Amino acid sequence: MDSHYEVEFPVRGDDFLAAGEASNQIKETLVMLGVPSSISRRASVITYEAEMNLVIHAGGGILRAIITPEKLTIEAIDRGPGIPDLDLAMREGFSTASDRVREMGFGAGMGLPNIKRNADSLEIDTEVGKGTTLTATVFFGR
Amino acid sequence: MNLKQIAYCIGAEILHGENLLEKVEIERAYASDLMSDVLAFASPGTLLLTGLTNVQIIRTAQMMDIPAVVFVRGKKPQEEAVALARSIGMPLLVSSKSMYETCGRLYAAGLSPCVIPCREA
Repeated sequence: MDSHYEVEFPVRGDDFLAAGEASNQIKETLVMLGVPSSISRRASVITYEAEMNLVIHAGGGILRAIITPEKLTIEAIDRGPGIPDLDLAMREGFSTASDRVREMGFGAGMGLPNIKRNADSLEIDTEVGKGTTLTATVFFGR
Repeated sequence: MNLKQIAYCIGAEILHGENLLEKVEIERAYASDLMSDVLAFASPGTLLLTGLTNVQIIRTAQMMDIPAVVFVRGKKPQEEAVALARSIGMPLLVSSKSMYETCGRLYAAGLSPCVIPCREA
């Protein structure tokens, strides 16, 4: 594996037909690089939930994966509305998603908790009216 | 159980992947209409049973290494969902029975559930 491998995908807001394509490309990249399936599955949950958040809440953004020999870093960057109360958003079951989104099987208030559970570290930098940057890290050695 | 035995057990219609049924071995099943729950609790190789029909079901299954999906209550998946499943070789089954009865038949036939970890209050 090269010492640093980076892939980045634009994600369109409200495009539920394409939602998940970026996550799948990242998953395929990880498999191609020989990342163990136990790691790539955790990465899949993180990227897919983060991508759905970009689609549902943020009006789109960028999904990026940075792979080094020690760790995988996943970044989801948007210029959406921001998260007014991050503690509340991290609670299982809390959701601001619309009925339309819920009818598709999302918006159960499990997205950020699912990301947290699968990441070794999680940072969320958010400002109302400016946007959100989520950075999740999975270490290969743990 | 393989998918052919599962299809017989629940009397399912095969929407796609007839030729794959005997090759796909299923150890456990998970039933949900919430995709985040599938992401949280379904282990790889799990059969997914759902009442949702949109393309995200197939995406979620693909992300979680779920080999096949059963749609319950006789609901047919949307065209885009079938197209995506075809493109990745994922068999799709439709059960005319309720979620409860479909699951009940498979459980009675010996198909295991996914383990839900103990949760903090």
